[in-house]
Amino acid sequence: MAGESVTLTPARVTPTRSRPLRERLTGMLPQLVLAPSLLATFVYVFVFCGWTVWISLSNSTLMPDYSLSGFHHYAELWSNRRWSIAYTNLFLFSSLYVIGAMAIGLTLAILIDQRVRAEALWRTIYLYPLAVSFVVTGTVWRWLLSPSTGIESVVRQLGWASFKFDWLVQRDMAIYTVVITGIWQASGFVMALFLAGLRSVDPDLVKAAQIDGANMPRIYRRIILPAIGPIFIAVLVVLLQFAIKTFDLVIALTGGGPGIATTVPAIYVYDLMFQRGQMAQGAAAAIMIFLALSLVLVPYTIWTNWRQRREVVRG
Amino acid sequence: MAETVAYDPLGSAGTWRRYRAKLVIYTLLGLFALYYLLPLVVVVLNSFRDLSDISRNGLINLPHSFSLDYWSLAWDKFCVGGTCAGIEPFFFNSVAMVVPATIISTAIGSINGYVLSKWRFAGSEVLFGLMTLGVFMPGQMVLLPWARVLGWLGLTNSTTGLVLIHCVQGLSFTTLFFRNYYVNIPDDLIKAARIDGAGFWRIFRKIVLPLSPPIVIVTVIWQFTNIWNEFLFAVIFSSGTHQPITAALIALSAGGTSVHQYNVESAAVLIAALPPLLVYFFGGRYFLRGLTQGAIK
Repeated sequence: MAGESVTLTPARVTPTRSRPLRERLTGMLPQLVLAPSLLATFVYVFVFCGWTVWISLSNSTLMPDYSLSGFHHYAELWSNRRWSIAYTNLFLFSSLYVIGAMAIGLTLAILIDQRVRAEALWRTIYLYPLAVSFVVTGTVWRWLLSPSTGIESVVRQLGWASFKFDWLVQRDMAIYTVVITGIWQASGFVMALFLAGLRSVDPDLVKAAQIDGANMPRIYRRIILPAIGPIFIAVLVVLLQFAIKTFDLVIALTGGGPGIATTVPAIYVYDLMFQRGQMAQGAAAAIMIFLALSLVLVPYTIWTNWRQRREVVRG
Repeated sequence: MAETVAYDPLGSAGTWRRYRAKLVIYTLLGLFALYYLLPLVVVVLNSFRDLSDISRNGLINLPHSFSLDYWSLAWDKFCVGGTCAGIEPFFFNSVAMVVPATIISTAIGSINGYVLSKWRFAGSEVLFGLMTLGVFMPGQMVLLPWARVLGWLGLTNSTTGLVLIHCVQGLSFTTLFFRNYYVNIPDDLIKAARIDGAGFWRIFRKIVLPLSPPIVIVTVIWQFTNIWNEFLFAVIFSSGTHQPITAALIALSAGGTSVHQYNVESAAVLIAALPPLLVYFFGGRYFLRGLTQGAIK
């Protein structure tokens, strides 16, 4: 407050008629500067969301039609076979993806934490997939997993003629290729998060345990891993977010196929909105994605705030 | 040096056991490295091999032939969706999208962060919370409204439209990054400058900006890689010759019934992946910092 009056001194010296207005404007400068961004974000977050909600309740098909039709698009969505395939896939994919990426990420972090040589090199290798787009990742893995060109043909050439690895083209196995590829993409990142956590554990605690004669596996189980508990939650939330939004990876890897076997909710939304002209049902599906994300993020946000406040109280 | 290290995880074991443990560790690290590197090595090698070599010896094999032609074919001759100008026009579509979008969203984010950390006013914390909501918004929720708004603005199927989308969408991230960084600049520094008569913009230019390079690098890297790699908006709001490279790549490699030219496609894939990879290799530290902040906050 005191600072503001100091800032305004030059304006007071110039005796112009518009002075009070200018003065007020200068005082409001921070708010004015922020206003356009606020407006944009407000429109983006609230107006656009509200709009999509409205469309989901309307009669829109190929073109928007804003007359309300109630919840029947939601009912249609939930009775649709493709949608049930989509969310079943999402559940299957996200559980395996989260477990796999966390297991591999944690293993790598613990291995690297053993004071290995050339740590930076290992980390660079494990983390680079994250800089590559899902489109590139999916395309390359499609070649590797395709039975005619990839791993299956290589193993057969090596002499094992009956070797089979054709998950990519098998209806009930294709979703697992999405899991493999997703884990490839994300586990390095999980490694980096866990490694940062492992490094933050108080070394005196570990030393004390070593003096007490505990072996390393025990120390990890009993002391280090419990100490980085919050990081497990953070990693879980991040991975679930990735999983729920998964779209490009599946498009590039399987195109949602064979048939519709690897359809996920994000692909279903895209299809309904832009390929099949079923805007309202597409909007309803988009809202389901939004709700799924909220289901993950809202409790997490509340939990982090609660923890922060507790830390402040404890000092 | 050894004394200053806090603990030696293997220190409690005997020499033989320690040796064996090291062997296990490095073997595992090596195997994982293989899993991560295999795709990259395969595409790099295939971008130099001729088609008969690939079809005879398979995609995953050492090259029996070598040529740089496929890179030039992929760059400006290969046919994508009807036009035979290679990946080059799409590459530059992406450049024309990512450069302005990154610069604008970073610049605005920086000013927003400055206001929200150093010029707080009644309700500014609430507004900050509101702005961070944008971080969580899934793309699917805004597709139909964006389609409409772009139509009204006459920006359908244009790079400018995508720049606008990425600016608005990125604003939440950049504001969050800068605000959380500027909060750590001591308020006394700002107060002293105000007493000296410096105003809003002067303090920003003379004090805040000179302290900003690390967070600017983090934000630019974050925005650049995200926008370059983005696919959903790219494929929906652009078509034909206006597509960014991610969308064009799908059109190219998933294209129809024609026989796959794996060598040219490999080169195209690498060209598409190269800009963010270079950013990663040269700015790795900042890349990771952005990632942890962007993903967790």
